[in-house]
Amino acid sequence: MNKIKNSQTYDVLVSRHNPESASLRGYIIGFLGSIALTLIAYLLTYYHAAGRDVLFGLLAALALTQFAVQLIYFLHVGKEFSPRLKLIVMSCMIIVVCILVGGSLWIMSNLNGRVMPSTKQMTRYMNDQDNL
Amino acid sequence: MSLFNNLAGILGKLSLKQFPHDPLTMFGAGLIVLVPIVIIAILTVTKRWRWLYREWLTTQDPKRIGIMYIIVAIAMGLRGLSDVLLIRTQQAISVGSSQGILSASHFQQIVSAHGTIMIFFVAMGLMFGIINLIVPLQIGARDVAFPFLNATSFWLFFSGMVLINLSLVIGDFSAAGWLAYPPLSELKYSPTVGVDYWIWSLEIAGVGSLLAGINFLVTILKMRVKGMSLMKMPMFCWSVLGSMFLVAFAFPILTVALTLLAFDRDLGTHFFTSGGGGNMMMYVNLIWAWGHPEVYILVLPAFGVFSEVVSAFSRKKLFGYTSMVWAIWAIVFLSFIVWLHHFFTMGAGSNVNAFFGIMTMIIAVPTGVKLFNWLFTMYRGKLDLKTPLLWFIAFAVVFTIGGMAGVLMAVPPIDFQLHNSLFLVAHFHMMIVGGVVFGYFAGITYWFPKFFGFKLNERLGRYAFWCWLIGFLLAFIPLYILGFMGATRRLNHYSASLGWQPLFVVAGIGAVVIAVGVGFQFLQLIFSILQRHQNTSGDDPWDARSLEWSLPTPVPFYNYARLPAVTERDAFWIAKRTHQIDTREYEPIELPRNTPLSMIIGVSILIFAFAIVWHIWWLAAVGLLAAVVIIIRSMDENTTYTISANEVMKLDKLYREGEV
Amino acid sequence: MAAEIEIHNTNRLIESYDRDATTILGFWVYLMTDCVLFASLFAVFAVLRNNTFGGPSGATLFSLPYVLAETFSLLTSSFTCGLAVLSAQRGNKKHTIFWFGVTFLLGLIFLIMEISEFHKFVKMGDSWQRSGFLSSYFTLVGTHGLHITIGLIWIAVMCVYVYKRGIGQTTLKRIRMLSLFWHFLDVVWIFIFTVVYLFGALHA
Repeated sequence: MNKIKNSQTYDVLVSRHNPESASLRGYIIGFLGSIALTLIAYLLTYYHAAGRDVLFGLLAALALTQFAVQLIYFLHVGKEFSPRLKLIVMSCMIIVVCILVGGSLWIMSNLNGRVMPSTKQMTRYMNDQDNL
Repeated sequence: MSLFNNLAGILGKLSLKQFPHDPLTMFGAGLIVLVPIVIIAILTVTKRWRWLYREWLTTQDPKRIGIMYIIVAIAMGLRGLSDVLLIRTQQAISVGSSQGILSASHFQQIVSAHGTIMIFFVAMGLMFGIINLIVPLQIGARDVAFPFLNATSFWLFFSGMVLINLSLVIGDFSAAGWLAYPPLSELKYSPTVGVDYWIWSLEIAGVGSLLAGINFLVTILKMRVKGMSLMKMPMFCWSVLGSMFLVAFAFPILTVALTLLAFDRDLGTHFFTSGGGGNMMMYVNLIWAWGHPEVYILVLPAFGVFSEVVSAFSRKKLFGYTSMVWAIWAIVFLSFIVWLHHFFTMGAGSNVNAFFGIMTMIIAVPTGVKLFNWLFTMYRGKLDLKTPLLWFIAFAVVFTIGGMAGVLMAVPPIDFQLHNSLFLVAHFHMMIVGGVVFGYFAGITYWFPKFFGFKLNERLGRYAFWCWLIGFLLAFIPLYILGFMGATRRLNHYSASLGWQPLFVVAGIGAVVIAVGVGFQFLQLIFSILQRHQNTSGDDPWDARSLEWSLPTPVPFYNYARLPAVTERDAFWIAKRTHQIDTREYEPIELPRNTPLSMIIGVSILIFAFAIVWHIWWLAAVGLLAAVVIIIRSMDENTTYTISANEVMKLDKLYREGEV
Repeated sequence: MAAEIEIHNTNRLIESYDRDATTILGFWVYLMTDCVLFASLFAVFAVLRNNTFGGPSGATLFSLPYVLAETFSLLTSSFTCGLAVLSAQRGNKKHTIFWFGVTFLLGLIFLIMEISEFHKFVKMGDSWQRSGFLSSYFTLVGTHGLHITIGLIWIAVMCVYVYKRGIGQTTLKRIRMLSLFWHFLDVVWIFIFTVVYLFGALHA
């Protein structure tokens, strides 16, 4: 195999053939974007800027946005040659993670709802018993 | 003794008391100790150590690694089988006033060991063995994507195997079933090291499988020979791709579930405890989120083997290639959304149960598509009823019966009746023995001549086959009936008035018949080796279709001297018909050097795990040597060697003339 | 003739570039499996988040400004890691080592902050043994910390490697993988920050 000692040659090759090679501009955008998104999320929480349910939604949206920003600007997802195997494998991972986390939460909360009633439910149940 | 007490601090929980005392366990322990001693003695007498080290222990060649996987799997199969014979004997005689031959706790240990060993060290071992042997050949590659990682995967698998067998000699094994549900598997209810052995053995083997899964996923995606697009791959490679995809995404869940259980036991956390804010159902949820894909991990490659076998022995191309591919991916996807059907009875609401029940029924559809495709491949084909095809036919029958039992249990109300009964046991044995084991037997018989140059004896193969099939039906049909009658699994004693004994005796006879079948398989191997010179089979004994049969036998260590030029499916078959086997030029071949580092990583991880099981903390630190080895390896740039094009040409000529 | 040789060499280079791409894809798949591992831990945390068993909840334990400082330290280290990759792509050995050094320091600060937070909780009696919620908190955040530790060791080894071997093709490939690993840890942290700390504060 031809060992490449001269990094210049490799660099030329990389920039010619590798669409994933990093750029300073990308890193700066990614960095500033992430800082801004983190700060917004932090301040929203710190000052309880909205109702709880709204805040949950907002924070989740901010986290997902930051996730996308870092994927694009730090991890260079989607910039490879076709077939975009990295992108495909990652999409599959996201599906599996959604199934796993969503499914587990659904199953366990459903179970909790049935076998571990809340105090309110318990009280109501006991009152009903008394009325009978 | 006092010396041992003084050392107590140094040796953690380990003491002389932990070695076996009653006769039966001592016998088992004796066997486990004796077998390695005999092997070591034979190696020393025949002066084979250097050969073993250079040719096998340090090898990076997937073909050799594959053979080592299969040898380990066969050895563990024997242990699993002897467990079965003990279980069946106990259940046949432990009625009424008789307590049988095993104590309750010993019986539970044996049942747990049987399940664990058969899944992790037999089925997985056979699977990775065949994948290592066949996948690189079928895609026209000279190696896997990451040879060092591949060898390391094998040694982790091996270490897990050693650890689980150590439990016979030192301490005891888990009595909490093959998936060790808490709270039974928590420290409070299982205070001995048995569950720890179970956890760490699976943890190690599981990480090995995960790494192997990543490796073969990338190998199939990136290492295919030029011209072989995904849709031109042999069906076996497709099924392995699906299976490895599942390995990559399901095994991390197992790692987490096991680690958290270990934390509960060793660090006093409250993940799955019944107090302290733990939630034991979360363990069941996690373990089956891995466990259900695991079933398909095992069976998909077996499906792949059948696809190859059926088309080769029907002398027709595979029917419905595209639908087969879609069926595989439908199974892969659906296998991730059915896991709750393993615990319908835990108390979830009807929405949850209905969703998972319906998904479970749906997963039968793509499996049915595959079955019909195989049958249509056979339809009007020139059937050559050799043993591999016999295994397929037996599979088709048994798997359909077992599969329908599965669909039955996918109905939650019915599952409420059958949960944890012997009906379930019969169902999953029909799937895993009938699907997975029959598949790998077919594969081994089919590919054996490719690697050894002679076929397995057909007559003895048939004897083994019929013993297996008859024994299998005798062993498991009674369990369906017993399940309906209310017999639960892991039952070590029952009352005589229940009238179950005759059926248990029939099941026991079935197990013995299977054991006879296994005996025939060993005879078959021995006879075939003795008669190998009369039975040389050439490079393409079955007139098969895929690329591996174009290679000289035995397959050269570099696989392909010249890479084949592939333009369509079944390239070799078409090439044979047109008498043109196109290949590219000879070129220099770069191959990985042998290295003992994979083995050293395996051994140090074994030490690490053993130390954690026994709480010998200084020894665990020694085990972290593995990390140092990895760093040293990363500094080594001289990990490959190159054979020049000229040399390849010379070697190729020698191989083609059968001189090597 | 010279042009022909150049084409031949370029082909060779593309082939070996392709081999590097295979390695990087393998590493990428490993990272994806690691995501599933973290997802399982997140699922456990989400299920056990309210099982405080009479112990403290997230809202009473966590100090948000402290966590914000941790986050910025890690985020900045992700950025400087990117700068190290840029320097390596230009073949600048000194700058590469310098930026990796900065990344290492920031990562170390993050790790020390995390460990001292853990230490504080344990000293107050709120260790992983206190409740199911704390078990899952320590495990989820601790697993991330373990990854950071491995990352730090890797960065140190990489600096030695760059110093000794210079920047060739193999080094560049490894630097790419290391940077993927480090950025990946930052990505995981986004979710820990949001789900564990911010959501935890809202639960009060």
